[in-house]
Amino acid sequence: MPFQEIKLYQAGTFVAGNRLLDPEQRSVQARTGRSNSLTSGHRACQGCGEALGARYVLDAAMRATDGKLVAVNSTGCLEVFSTPYPESSWQLPWLHSLFGNGPAVASGVAAALRATGRDDSRVVGQAGDGGTVDIGFGALSGMFERNDDVLFVCYDNEGYMNTGVQRSGATPPGAATATTKALGPEPGNVFGQGKFVPLIAMAHEIPYVATATVAELRDLEYKVEKAMSFHGARYLHVFVPCPLGWRAAAADTIKLARLAKESGVFPVFEAEHGEVTEVSRIRRQVPVEEYLRPQGRYAHLFGDPGRPDVVARIQARADRNIARFGLLGEGDE
Amino acid sequence: MRSQLEGSQAVARAVALCRPQVIAAYPISPQTHIVESLSDRVRTGELAGCEYLLVDSEFSAMSACIGASAAGARSYTATSSQGLLFMAEALFNTSGLGLPVVMTLANRAIGAPINIWNDHSDAMAMRDSGWIQLYAESNQEAVDLHVQAFRLAESLSVPVMVCMDGFVLTHAFEEVDLPTQEQVDAFLPPFVPQQLLDPDDPVTIGAMVGPEAFAEVKYLVHATQVAALDEVPAIAADFERAFGRDSGGLLKRYRLEDAETVVVALGSVLGTIEDVVDSLRDDGFRIGVLGITCFRPWPHDEVRAALGDATRVVVVERAFAVGAGGIVGQNVRDATRGLPVVVQDVVAGLGGRPITRTSLRGLFEDVVADRLDASHLHFLDLDVELVQRELARSRARRRSGPHAEHMLRDLGTVASGTPHGGG
Ligand SMILES: Cc1ncc(C[n+]2csc(CCOP(=O)(O)OP(=O)(O)O)c2C)c(N)n1
Ligand code: SF4
Ligand SMILES: [Mg+2]
Repeated sequence: MPFQEIKLYQAGTFVAGNRLLDPEQRSVQARTGRSNSLTSGHRACQGCGEALGARYVLDAAMRATDGKLVAVNSTGCLEVFSTPYPESSWQLPWLHSLFGNGPAVASGVAAALRATGRDDSRVVGQAGDGGTVDIGFGALSGMFERNDDVLFVCYDNEGYMNTGVQRSGATPPGAATATTKALGPEPGNVFGQGKFVPLIAMAHEIPYVATATVAELRDLEYKVEKAMSFHGARYLHVFVPCPLGWRAAAADTIKLARLAKESGVFPVFEAEHGEVTEVSRIRRQVPVEEYLRPQGRYAHLFGDPGRPDVVARIQARADRNIARFGLLGEGDE
Repeated sequence: MRSQLEGSQAVARAVALCRPQVIAAYPISPQTHIVESLSDRVRTGELAGCEYLLVDSEFSAMSACIGASAAGARSYTATSSQGLLFMAEALFNTSGLGLPVVMTLANRAIGAPINIWNDHSDAMAMRDSGWIQLYAESNQEAVDLHVQAFRLAESLSVPVMVCMDGFVLTHAFEEVDLPTQEQVDAFLPPFVPQQLLDPDDPVTIGAMVGPEAFAEVKYLVHATQVAALDEVPAIAADFERAFGRDSGGLLKRYRLEDAETVVVALGSVLGTIEDVVDSLRDDGFRIGVLGITCFRPWPHDEVRAALGDATRVVVVERAFAVGAGGIVGQNVRDATRGLPVVVQDVVAGLGGRPITRTSLRGLFEDVVADRLDASHLHFLDLDVELVQRELARSRARRRSGPHAEHMLRDLGTVASGTPHGGG
């Protein structure tokens, strides 16, 4: 991330206050002209990572497109907490159709904007992990494969939160959800093969794929602005803790997002045309346990006797991410 | 201009004349020739300014039309059978949102057993999806209905499905009078959306509505369809003035004067039925035909008026409600409630079974002679023995295996006869 060199005065946090930065380096959120696309008054839970992520993503996209933006939203928490009529929180043109069709609806919007000579306007599609990696996956892959001019953003809270925290294809192994409770000999979600859609998006060799977390919001804004500098299909996968579904403290949303990255559980990187171009390196590696412990969905792993074997397997998956993406490599950060 | 054309080509040309701005489609027999032809027209630039999305499924096709329509583009798709069902969720969404998408449905049976041939079980399965359903009797009417459908859809902000019988019409070569671009432009003004995704004037479309207003929003969807009962004939009358042809409208009345017996049907079978009715008229029978062009909205009052003097009505339909009976029949019975008329439900032509003049004549003679029991659902030309033999096999052995295979084996058919390229 080509940001200004700054000195960090605060120990233990890696966030630089805006006042330390040159004006042009300040975040979109810090600017008076920010669009407030998802404005206050919505019904998200306290500490909702998805609400935070969506606000940053859309305001950054609005800035990048000079306010010429249309948003398409799949069914899920984001759609529900931002409405109902007439109390819409959306201050940009916004369309919700169904749970599984967001990417295709967004393709239709992009086609219409082109066909009606309004291609100065751009489209962002957005959905939760369920709407992206499960039920909307065919439509997403089709949109990628056709290289339609859509930025699709997945807010990954690792489960079907809107319907009461059931397991999705993005729920990590070991995590307890309403359909993978801590019951029986193998409590929590199974160790499947995993379904990391950013890699699948890269396999489509689309112009731009990136992951981000709500712990590094300037990085998130930067990636949105970068995504909007490309035409064609783009994919942004944002890691957004859900205090309700993860049974974590509302105040820990940012901390958990940071620990997910610092433990290697969630790799943060950028890719262009199928090749990784940038990796956000781990600054101070932590064991996965530090990330897992504060979350009630993993409580069964730490009881008495606990499941150190499961924790070890989760650690092994993080280690694999670290090796695969070079998350500990010699870096300038 | 009159030309000898395949039905699909004629419809593709008619759709192109309507200047759609976004087409999103997924191939399925017997719709394929329509979308192939439209693809050609976009590629050659004949259909200038149109975006053609080669989507990954019918669900995505309808979804892309939803997005495109909400973003202000005249949007079109075409499908059949399984494809229509794969769209089901999006169909209800289109109508609920009030988006004027137009679709051609090349009617085809629904599996299992998989079958690519014509019947109306696809359209009938989606009859309550909030789409207007217009049924073409001929390829000429299919052409004309498409031109009218875009105008109807956009004038009321409601989606419209033009149903044409798969293969029977889509693959038939007939003489068709295609309108000119100037004529269509004069009849069909550019699309002015009722709601628009516009960065300069942002609106929220498709948000959640709770119990406090859901019924009212749905009522409006119904009221819009009811309004179409006036709009459909008004547009047909306008069409006749502009193009000099009587096409579309709610109903087709054929030899209904003094008719005691009326045959009700929809789609391409009407031609055959009219021939049979002509010959019965020659033999002195007082029989006529009521064709349903507009099945949704259901023209309740008009059907009631048209059947008011009949004593017997026989509904010949290419679909049925499994476990219940006729579908069109049920609607006809509702429209004739309290009238001294007996309504018979006859299911015919399922999965491409030909509906022959001979069978129809036999059926109508039975109806006229009151030989048909109105308390039963009838199946024209049903091979009762074949069914009975299979039932016997099932009774003989618990694990008797799949019915379809046994019945084809019984008939001496080796494979199911699906041609290459079908499906
Ligand atoms: C076809 C269909 N199936 C199921 C549902 C129920 N449903 C609505 S939202 C949702 C889960 C959403 O999960 P996700 O996409 O991860 O978003 P989140 O709420 O977690 O942000 C489900 C299962 C639906 N609306 N439509
Ligand atoms: S359940 Fe989770 S994702 Fe949904 S609003 Fe609450 S915190 Fe946000
Ligand atoms: Mg989720």
